[in-house]
Amino acid sequence: MNLTLKVWRQANKSAKGKIETYQIKEISPDMSFLEMMDVLNEQLMLEQIDPIAFDHDCREGICGMCSMFINGEAHGPDRLVTTCQLHMRKFKDGDTITIEPFRAKAFPVIKDLTVDRSSFDRVQQAGGFVSVNTSGNTQDANAIPIDKHDADKAFDAATCIGCGACVATCKNASAMLFVSAKVSQYALLPQGKVEATDRVLNMVKQMDEEGFGNCTNTGACEVECPKGISLENIARMNREYLFASLKG
Amino acid sequence: MTLISSSIGRKVAMALSGIFLVVFLTQHFSINLLSIFSKSLFNQVSHFMGNNPIVQFILQPILILGVLFHFTMGFILELQNSKSRSSKYSSYKGRANATWMSRNMILSGIVILSFLALHFYDFWVPEMNYKYVEVLPLDANRYYEELVHKFENPIRVGIYVLSFIFLSLHLLHGFASSFQSVGVNNKYSKTIKKIATGFSIIVPIGFVFIALFHHLK
Ligand code: HEM
Ligand code: SF4
Ligand code: FES
Repeated sequence: MNLTLKVWRQANKSAKGKIETYQIKEISPDMSFLEMMDVLNEQLMLEQIDPIAFDHDCREGICGMCSMFINGEAHGPDRLVTTCQLHMRKFKDGDTITIEPFRAKAFPVIKDLTVDRSSFDRVQQAGGFVSVNTSGNTQDANAIPIDKHDADKAFDAATCIGCGACVATCKNASAMLFVSAKVSQYALLPQGKVEATDRVLNMVKQMDEEGFGNCTNTGACEVECPKGISLENIARMNREYLFASLKG
Repeated sequence: MTLISSSIGRKVAMALSGIFLVVFLTQHFSINLLSIFSKSLFNQVSHFMGNNPIVQFILQPILILGVLFHFTMGFILELQNSKSRSSKYSSYKGRANATWMSRNMILSGIVILSFLALHFYDFWVPEMNYKYVEVLPLDANRYYEELVHKFENPIRVGIYVLSFIFLSLHLLHGFASSFQSVGVNNKYSKTIKKIATGFSIIVPIGFVFIALFHHLK
């Protein structure tokens, strides 16, 4: 496949970026999108051009690092996949592909396609955990009976990999899907109920402070999420938040 | 206080004011509908609504506050949201993952707002003038004639029809969305969505029908 790539280049956080156009030839349809990017970078280096910086780690859809906005969609046109799981066969020979970083005020660009998603870490640190005593007499988790429906839903929520596609996609750059997945994962389980009030209040507070937008239920996040995290989680977080703020 | 200063608090406030307006819309629709079936019944109900002190001095101010709150909040949300992505995408495929209605609530809202301004000028200002400025004698039979008179002008009817198309678009997203906002997303949501969609199409068509009915008659 021969392709025209329009890639966002930005030297650093404060630099003004712009789209550069590159031609790339003989790409195998079996390559993953990131492999195609590797080939492009090899080519750029031979031409003495600074290679394109992009995030990646596991390349198997579990770490959430590979943030790319491809042809107007987070992780490209495919559904329920990350960029590393996207294959070139989803494109046609001769296509022009636009590649941009995930854009949001809370995700500043570090360089080219890499963005700083530490705002997610700070939201997580504000309450996305269960405080357990590790003194040696921790209760065996299996000794606590849990409703199968709740366990399944908690597990589904826990599959969120924190990639940020929901924020990148949302017209309001809202982080509600991510935060609600983290809130739900614990709120559904008895171990998480103890700290549920403070958790939801603190995580939402941190989310707002980071400068994410307000949710208007467009549902774009759910469609673009590589893990299929459901909007049900956002409704659950809204409920949790309402009751928590009435409580204290 | 976190309730109103937080993103979720605002979302819930937006939903509750939206639902409140939907309830009002239903009431308004029911009364308008009477004008098709019975001139005298329409006059009676309108006279009651226009002169009952509870309606006039309690419900009407609440409604005005509700409308003001809803669109002011809408503008605030829009402003904040536009700030949350300072550097824009050069390619952004919004329609790949969300409906046009959900992405253009502010647009449909602004059209409705412009209509409301016209509507106030058409009905509310003369009404207030009649009752409280000029203090004309009570006339329980004037409402129907006033209504018919307003729908004589084809341009006004055209604007009316256009506005209700946008109201329909606004509600096609907003009505069901407000349930999600207040935390209702469960096995009944599919049914709620169907009912909300039906309402969002039928009620605006009904308003349009009433306008055309009087215009063509
Ligand atoms: C009779 C008139 C109106 C009705 C019945 C109505 C109803 C609704 C409803 C039910 C929602 C959904 C709230 C949610 O998703 O939680 C909504 C949202 C919205 N409305 Fe209205 N509305 C009306 C007029 C207006 C006006 C005049 C504006 C002015 C700009 C406006 C702007 C908005 C905006 C921006 C939203 C999106 C907020 C969001 O989805 O969270 N609306 N409306
Ligand atoms: S909710 Fe989905 S899109 Fe958002 S961070 Fe988690 S996995 Fe990524
Ligand atoms: S590189 Fe880990 S999910 Fe794509």
